[in-house]
Amino acid sequence: MGSGTSTQHHFAFQNAEKAFKAAALIQRWYRRYTARLEMRRQCTWRIFQSIEYAGQQDQVKLHDFFSYLVDHFTPSSNHERDFLDRMFTDERFPQNSEMEKFSDYESIQVPDNYTGPRLSFPLLPDHATALVEAFRLKQQLHARYVLNLLHETKKHLIQLPNINRVSTCYSEEVTVCGDLHGQLDDLIFIFYKNGLPSPERAYVFNGDFVDRGKDSVEILMVLFAFMLVYPKEFHLNRGNHEDHLVNLRYGFTKEVMHKYKTHGKKILKILQDVFCWLPLATLVDEKVLILHGGVSDMTDLELLAKLDRHKIVSTMRRKTRKENGKQAKKEKGNQTSSAGRPTPWFLPQSRSLPASPLRLGCVQAHRAGRSSSIPCGAPGDAKELARQVRRSVDLELDRCRRQAGFPVSRGTQEAPLCAPEADSEAEEPLEPTQEEWRQVVDILWSDPMAQEGCKANTVRGGGCYFGPNVTEQLLQKYNLQFLIRSHECKPEGYEFCHSRKVLTIFSASNYYEVGSNRGAYVKLGPALTPYIVQYQANKVTHMLTMRQRISRVEESALRALREKLFAHSTNLLAEFKKHDIDKTGLITLSDWAEAVESVLHLGLPWRMLRPQLVNSSTDNTLEYKSWLEDLAKEQLNHENIQSSLLETLYRNRSNLETIFRIIDSDHSGFISLDEFRQTWKLFSSHMNVDITDECICDLARSIDFNKDGHIDINEFLEAFRLVEQSCSEGNASGRPQATNTNDGAAANQAHTKNSLVSIAHGAS
Amino acid sequence: EILVPEFHKKIKEAFEVFDHEANNTVDVREIGTIVRSLGCCPSEGELHDLIAEVEEEEPTGYIRFEKFLPVMTEVLLERRYRPIPEDVLLRAFEVLDPFKRGFLSKEELIKYMTEEGEPFSQEEMEEMLSAAIDPESNSIHYKDYITMMVIDE
Repeated sequence: MGSGTSTQHHFAFQNAEKAFKAAALIQRWYRRYTARLEMRRQCTWRIFQSIEYAGQQDQVKLHDFFSYLVDHFTPSSNHERDFLDRMFTDERFPQNSEMEKFSDYESIQVPDNYTGPRLSFPLLPDHATALVEAFRLKQQLHARYVLNLLHETKKHLIQLPNINRVSTCYSEEVTVCGDLHGQLDDLIFIFYKNGLPSPERAYVFNGDFVDRGKDSVEILMVLFAFMLVYPKEFHLNRGNHEDHLVNLRYGFTKEVMHKYKTHGKKILKILQDVFCWLPLATLVDEKVLILHGGVSDMTDLELLAKLDRHKIVSTMRRKTRKENGKQAKKEKGNQTSSAGRPTPWFLPQSRSLPASPLRLGCVQAHRAGRSSSIPCGAPGDAKELARQVRRSVDLELDRCRRQAGFPVSRGTQEAPLCAPEADSEAEEPLEPTQEEWRQVVDILWSDPMAQEGCKANTVRGGGCYFGPNVTEQLLQKYNLQFLIRSHECKPEGYEFCHSRKVLTIFSASNYYEVGSNRGAYVKLGPALTPYIVQYQANKVTHMLTMRQRISRVEESALRALREKLFAHSTNLLAEFKKHDIDKTGLITLSDWAEAVESVLHLGLPWRMLRPQLVNSSTDNTLEYKSWLEDLAKEQLNHENIQSSLLETLYRNRSNLETIFRIIDSDHSGFISLDEFRQTWKLFSSHMNVDITDECICDLARSIDFNKDGHIDINEFLEAFRLVEQSCSEGNASGRPQATNTNDGAAANQAHTKNSLVSIAHGAS
Repeated sequence: EILVPEFHKKIKEAFEVFDHEANNTVDVREIGTIVRSLGCCPSEGELHDLIAEVEEEEPTGYIRFEKFLPVMTEVLLERRYRPIPEDVLLRAFEVLDPFKRGFLSKEELIKYMTEEGEPFSQEEMEEMLSAAIDPESNSIHYKDYITMMVIDE
């Protein structure tokens, strides 16, 4: 044990200790790095979700706007009156519609040079498979086949009950998929990974097939085709997006008109019917209930099973397709407003009755009296309601009997597939009852929450938030094991809650942005144990590191957030000024966070996000005016238009687009300059925007790019970067068009575009 | 102190991001992320001690905001668990690279990170490797790596 050895030991020990400490330091640093990444990921998610739901609240505001019009606006000229009447008049689709003419698609010629898929009926499994393959190769199905398929689909759907039943005795496994939202890649991936539908492989698709994504049409074609081919094993539930009014806003209407310029209208018309004939729920082995949104403490499966689901055309309004004229006779005249004008066809018919849950005012009432049996109104209404419910149930039973071919009280037996409309005009109530409608809205729009109880879903503007006790109550009442629902995007594509009694399944991967979330589907065998498969249908994401993935998604979220901030510039400036008492032009970063939240109401962690949104200043203060100016510069490139006008347009663009599409009754994609001005005038008076007529005229003229007195809606929206990416991607896809009309004109317009196109990022 | 109300707001924000049930509690496993995103850089051991301070008497797996707030405020006021400056980090890598090659091999990195200090889990190791290792040389050039990571912040 000489001194040499002990020194060696000493050094060795020191070195070991140093290495240990160095490693510990690196690990400590790295863990902080990943924690910050995780926080950014969570914040990004929150941004997307809050913006998405804020958009849904816009829908509520849109309804309020039209209600306001009905109540307050008196046209000052014949011109204006005509304009308003256009909005308020009957259903634009002619009454003796193509509906009765089942053979209308037969007259459509398929050109010889058409290279897309061809269908013949009855469909065979090979046809359905070929369809998937054709779509994978980016072909487009000819309008004739689309219409044919939709007609056959409707015929099939009419025979189905409101609640489908599936048994694992027959098909050994059942695969349940959630929202697809027009993302064909995900559907193709599911079939690739899980196998195509077959008698041994049952599928349930739980609603929201359309809107937002760019291939909603193709998804519907595939789903309907398989449903016709394997009627016992392939099931579809209706989602809240299977609704023509929702489609006006969220992109499906646009997609159809874009892909089918000549026959799009017909397609939309029949789809309206197809959607409301979709079943409402599916039951597996009488134990697992699958529906799109959720349940409420009032959910009554027996009532849901019996009601006439066809009557609920849209969950956005209670009335049916039937004409105002007829309605007006039946109603007690409470729909008339100052000018004796009929209620707009897209508003709830009777506004004195408890209105749609989509009206903000009524939501308060719901919140208070959610668990009581009658939503609003005097005790007397209870009897009336009960009577109505009973009557409609009786009528519904009669109809079911008729459809099933059983003798009916009057001794007449009618062919089940006869146009039901003819019948219903004669004897049935034209609308669903309040209760029926509420039941359907609840199952299509509700979301689970962690707290006990049941309260109105103010975020979505429809349905409710239901707690674990509500779930438990329902499962016990109907002797069920658990619920499967969709409706909400989840980072992992699925999520259990309520002690694993509720499973959310969401099948649109990369929903907000490439890399934002996985998709998933769930398989059930005879034991009904859920087996979940996750995926992300985009090769790029797999090659990125976590850091890169998060950065990418985050950039997208921040861009959306900055856009929103810009849209509220005026209010933000006012709010900032309140904090700047001494008029220094500066506010603290803390004040900034408070001001922003009080204007935007997004509930986001602004202090966490601050470094990404505000260039850091050393002394913790911000020159707010120049910050707002920088935001504006980033968003705009139009010098000659008043910036506050543009800002207002930004804020209201979804609403504006919806209004434009409503005005554009023949879905031509064009509105006249005059219509544009009128719309804007009405809208701005409601929104208390102080814009001169001259300004509006200038704006309108500057948007009319080829000076023909008409504004191309899509161009208008794109000129202000208001078009969603899906549209520009659709333009670029170069699908072989099966039919087109005067596309020459449209093409010319396209070339004279004067726009900032938002760059599609994350291309696969 | 003037700082306290501002700290309170920051802490509340960070906490709420993980309060998934909106009932002022977070899963104890998220505390590390919350503390670190508030600017602190504790070791695992230090974090463990902090959690012990904010846990319930009978640990439930959840941490309540009422207990977390005062403790975290104190941490921020005292400027505890300061972050590591770039140059200190560089020196740490250099300790592990005594021959001053400028890089560590993949095996060396794995060995140090999973056997020394407060060892990484497999997941943590894989995640670090995916960003740090240059696939051609199968090594980490730590100076470049540090620069890249710091830019991110």
